[in-house]
Amino acid sequence: MIELPILRWGRPYQSVDRVVVPHFRTREPFVAMSLANVGLIRRDLLRQGEQRARLEAIPVADLVAAAHRAAESFLHDTLPLGESSGQTPQDYVEQVSATTGMPWASVRRNMAKVHGVLSRVEEVLAGLTRGLDLSLLDSGVGVTGGHMLSFFARADALGVVLPSNSPGVHSLWAPATVLKMPLVLKPGSAEPWTPFRIIQAYVKAGVPAEVFGYYPADHAGGNEILRSCGRGMVFGDVASTKRWKADPRVEVHGPGYSKIVIGPDAADDWERHIEMMAESIANNGGRSCVNASGVWVTKHADRIAEALAARLARVTPRAADDPEAVLAPFADPATAHRISATIDQDLEPAEGGGLGAARDVSAAVRGGERVASAHGGTYLLPTVVRCDADHPLANREFLFPYASVVEVPADRLPDCLGPSLVVTCVSEDPRFRARFVASPLVDRLNFGAIATTQIGWDQPHEGNLFEHLYARRAIQRHA
Amino acid sequence: MPAAAAPAASELSRARQALDQWVRELMQWHFNPETGCPFWLDWAARAGWDPRRDVQAYDDLDRFGAFQDEWLRGGDARRWVPKGYAGRPVYVFETGGSTGVPKSRINIDDFRIDYSTFSDTLPDAHFPKGADWLEIGPSGPRRLRLAIEHLAQHRGGICYMVDLDPRWVIKLIKMGDLEMVELYKRHVIDQALTLLKAHDTIKCLFTTPKLLEALCERISLKKAGITGVFCGGTEMTPQFHRFAVEELMEGAYFAPTYGNTLMGLAGHKPPETEDDWAIIYYPPAPRAMIEVVDPDDHTRIVEYGATGRVRLTTLTKEFFMPRFLERDECERERPCAKYPWDGVRNVRPFSRFQKAVVEGVY
Repeated sequence: MIELPILRWGRPYQSVDRVVVPHFRTREPFVAMSLANVGLIRRDLLRQGEQRARLEAIPVADLVAAAHRAAESFLHDTLPLGESSGQTPQDYVEQVSATTGMPWASVRRNMAKVHGVLSRVEEVLAGLTRGLDLSLLDSGVGVTGGHMLSFFARADALGVVLPSNSPGVHSLWAPATVLKMPLVLKPGSAEPWTPFRIIQAYVKAGVPAEVFGYYPADHAGGNEILRSCGRGMVFGDVASTKRWKADPRVEVHGPGYSKIVIGPDAADDWERHIEMMAESIANNGGRSCVNASGVWVTKHADRIAEALAARLARVTPRAADDPEAVLAPFADPATAHRISATIDQDLEPAEGGGLGAARDVSAAVRGGERVASAHGGTYLLPTVVRCDADHPLANREFLFPYASVVEVPADRLPDCLGPSLVVTCVSEDPRFRARFVASPLVDRLNFGAIATTQIGWDQPHEGNLFEHLYARRAIQRHA
Repeated sequence: MPAAAAPAASELSRARQALDQWVRELMQWHFNPETGCPFWLDWAARAGWDPRRDVQAYDDLDRFGAFQDEWLRGGDARRWVPKGYAGRPVYVFETGGSTGVPKSRINIDDFRIDYSTFSDTLPDAHFPKGADWLEIGPSGPRRLRLAIEHLAQHRGGICYMVDLDPRWVIKLIKMGDLEMVELYKRHVIDQALTLLKAHDTIKCLFTTPKLLEALCERISLKKAGITGVFCGGTEMTPQFHRFAVEELMEGAYFAPTYGNTLMGLAGHKPPETEDDWAIIYYPPAPRAMIEVVDPDDHTRIVEYGATGRVRLTTLTKEFFMPRFLERDECERERPCAKYPWDGVRNVRPFSRFQKAVVEGVY
């Protein structure tokens, strides 16, 4: 069994308390993670300032170069992993798959995403800073476009409570090191691998190990990290992140409720967009917050739902090492059954019929149960639900390819969508588009047939890391 | 002989005989109309059997069935005062009062007896006789305040105090107000630091795990002159035990305890390498016994090393409480030379109640 240590500002530490995560298929113990007690975390975090001073002393240009090297190491090298002889890229792929159920192909795509953000970190940061010369962070003061600028760090460390759903989310915090910010990471219980490997890649690239904390812990430990670090990020469901919603120090990454909207002018062209819709819903096994969970249209909803269900029915369980695999089995089969039961419960007509009708359009196409056993795992098969806008299933997000198809009058859009992380708006009508541009409910906006899962490296995604970590101060100098 | 060595069969037998003898004496005391308390005399009148006649050994206490938690909540506490102690000043100590009516236990001398006995387990080199103590922890209706003060006095010292209200802390945690918990903790530690700076005769400390961590974030125990720490009040994990010894103590002796108002105070087994930082306690037999029982069959004691629910039997002349199910679980530990009776390993909140239990900073 693999033993993963705590990293106490880079120093490996084996705890007496451990949590053992099984292989999703065999249920045999696969990895034992050392668990950090809250007091240990608190004690270590007294030294945040010391670690930030280490990074402040390194020029940004050197950190950018280190990120480039780390990107290559992350993708290609054998890197340290606890007491083991090392972790090859293939080991990493298999380990992520073993504890999360993700197919190897999906893990590799996520590896590429992490590689992308590190190898193009200056492009990513240019997007976040609107082209700021990052060397300004070396002195804190500089001149850009004839204006004096000064920025100061809002924190001595960024604490991040991480999820287990998909390794791609790690691309959100990975640039923090280049922004001279020490990292304090609490890995997700089923996906400890990616943050550990990113840290090891940075260290191999020459970044001091002392600027990384890695603390597998319980909820109390995660809360302590967010409380003790000047800035934080938390990933999780609505209930687990609720506590931090009102804390401006913490950026909350909850469900995305991402959507595709077909405007009235494009309504009759819906067939051209079925592939884009399917990609948005099923990419990465439907496990990301950028996966679409709703298709909102003004016409042809029934036909769109049927076509989409037929297209998604081709996405079937495959072996983990099948390059065509998309669906991820659930590491805990009970979770799959619970999600399916929730959907079935909401499909039943409400008493009095006040919430409108809902129909599992996929049921007729797939011809079997939504929960399927295959290749030693338990899967949820893609599900398209046709329902009204006010139905409980219209605006839901699940950890598998799920989408509602909803028909609404054009004048209700985009207000009826509710908060949405990504909206792909297919319309050429400037007035229709303008409503989306003006909407505070839309975080990230795609115009045209762009899958919700497609990332522009120069665009911020779900918050702006630079603005989260740095603030601009007014500065004047006597001539 | 090291504490961990297995006791001889004769030692086990002698301890058991002493326990059985003590049980017989207690039955004569608690169920004698001249000396027993109203609660147990009433109970016996309705029971249809006579504990004085029918209980001849510890195992016979099973006939009482499980002691009901509710019996200690509310009502006139005098029903628990044995007539044999009529006229003596009575203390009442509370436990479990975070929500609703707390459980009350009457005390006359028990807390002094328990802590005087416990005092013998503390090493004098680290808890010097005559040294002063600082207690940072709950006072109010809990016996801890008087008990630690008695311990200090028993050892020739004076006890300085900083109070903490655990019920308020639990309320803050339930409200999700972590910042207020931090502020309150800081308020408590500020007072402790003031006392430590003002009284360099303080060498010994009693506090809870979380307050110990908070104190050590602000001060070096070594620089503050602390040589012994007696720690308890809430769950301690093996990892906390290790963390405390390796990173907080700086050479001071760490004495973890398991105790409560209903039982008294358990002695701890000094850590040995093979224990892997497990915290092992032994009840203060024959005044109290702890057993580890099957959560689904409270009359069945689990095998050594197996996990089960803590079942407590308190056996003093002031208070008789047979077969009480605690809200804790642990592993059953074998007897050792120092304590030739069953012990418990790694006591923690009962997992089936875990969602309902909020542990505070106290």
